[in-house]
Amino acid sequence: MTPRTPGADLPEHPDFLWRTPEPRKSYDVVVVGGGGHGLATAHYLARNHGITKVAVLEKGWLAGGNMARNTTLIRSNYLWDESAGIYEHSLKLWEGLEEDLGYPILFSQRGVLNLAHTLQDVRDSVRRVEANKLQGVDAEWLDPDEVRKVCPIVNTSESIRYPVMGATYQPRAGIAKHDYVAWGFARRADEAGIDLIQDCEVTGFVTDGDRVTGVRTTRGDIACGKVALTAAGSTSVLTDLLGFGVPIQSHPLQALVSELLEPVHPTIVMSNAVHVYVSQAHKGELVMGAGVDSYNGYGQRGAFHIIERQMAAAVELFPVFARAHLLRTWGGIVDVTPDASPIVGKTPFENVYLNCGWGTGGFKATPGVGWAFAHTVANDEPHPLNAPFTLERFTTGRLVDEHGAAAVAH
Amino acid sequence: MQLIECPWCGPREEVEFHYGGQAHVAYPEVPAELSDAEWARYLFFRDNPKGSFAERWSHSAGCRRWFNAVRDTVTYQFQTVYRVGERP
Repeated sequence: MTPRTPGADLPEHPDFLWRTPEPRKSYDVVVVGGGGHGLATAHYLARNHGITKVAVLEKGWLAGGNMARNTTLIRSNYLWDESAGIYEHSLKLWEGLEEDLGYPILFSQRGVLNLAHTLQDVRDSVRRVEANKLQGVDAEWLDPDEVRKVCPIVNTSESIRYPVMGATYQPRAGIAKHDYVAWGFARRADEAGIDLIQDCEVTGFVTDGDRVTGVRTTRGDIACGKVALTAAGSTSVLTDLLGFGVPIQSHPLQALVSELLEPVHPTIVMSNAVHVYVSQAHKGELVMGAGVDSYNGYGQRGAFHIIERQMAAAVELFPVFARAHLLRTWGGIVDVTPDASPIVGKTPFENVYLNCGWGTGGFKATPGVGWAFAHTVANDEPHPLNAPFTLERFTTGRLVDEHGAAAVAH
Repeated sequence: MQLIECPWCGPREEVEFHYGGQAHVAYPEVPAELSDAEWARYLFFRDNPKGSFAERWSHSAGCRRWFNAVRDTVTYQFQTVYRVGERP
């Protein structure tokens, strides 16, 4: 009997969703960072502005940084009008994104509860609900009985250390499959003729006065008309090369999943006071995250005592999770600003544009910021949605202070 | 969990410590003469290097004293610790 060729009866490799091109000598726009924001920016540069001579440079593999490591929560219930503007625009884009991308993203609008555990939490939460109503963002204040109706497994008894005194509820919030989102954007950008170049790290910039004329990379120099930075936690490394500072600190942010469980958790629950947030992925894992590790870090991993504390909070709030097993933990690098709002706009260089500082909340903004940032790059002026989020606000004092105000868990 | 060498108490577990960000950021000598841009730089801008970083730490659950450390922000390894007023 003749031996069979190994692999002969395996199915064919599926079609690739994008090409693997060699970098060209020159592009109209070079996007540095092939994560969700970079890919979305590339997509909207082509879709909304007809700019397709674009390269997205990624030092690792596409969408392998925070886009692969986030907890996929999507909501728009922030406090300030500036934030509501861009996050709500983003949420509306999420609602039509499958159609726009022609790709399934498993967007599931299952709502988010932000729990209040103290009187001050209650006051802040009610204030945020009223602000959201004025902004046209769906929001409700729920008492503990109503919380239990939305999510029966939350422990609303009086006997826990920090009893649940109520919650804000945004029914349109949800989750999506983060990898599919990245692949959908990448496929569309590639179809438009945009080059997605992986394994290509930017190591320097070629400057001429206040202009950048090219980027130096591990795969050679590339000339460019404009540069769009979408490098999240690695932004400081790039701006240090350019010689201007950004007020961000890079921190490890960890997340984790349990093993697969039957559907048990119908919504998303966040609690800042006890520092945990939980949803259940389509496949069945409980997906949890918490606040950042305290120290600066680029290591894409964090300390285990952070996980331990977050598990203690999770089990107190969800006694039913006590016997679930922790399957995996991981970390990403998030770029945190002093006011917990992003920096999206122009820079001291006339053809370099900056998108960073999304900290722990970048995933939900992916389509919204892609839309607004592409506009900024194409027209050389901020879109009204990102106009408040300048680098200059740290000098003028016009901060958008979402720290603590907006259910941002830092 | 890693051990951090307190310059007064010796090696203790990481959970006993509190992070204080970049070290050696001096209060402006003549604050009244600073421009808005200089104030912004003092208040909001800190180095964010990938690699060695001089930082302040407090042994908050121990001797409660502040000290400085140089730590690698990629490996998270402490390279040296030294007391306030000293240089690495």
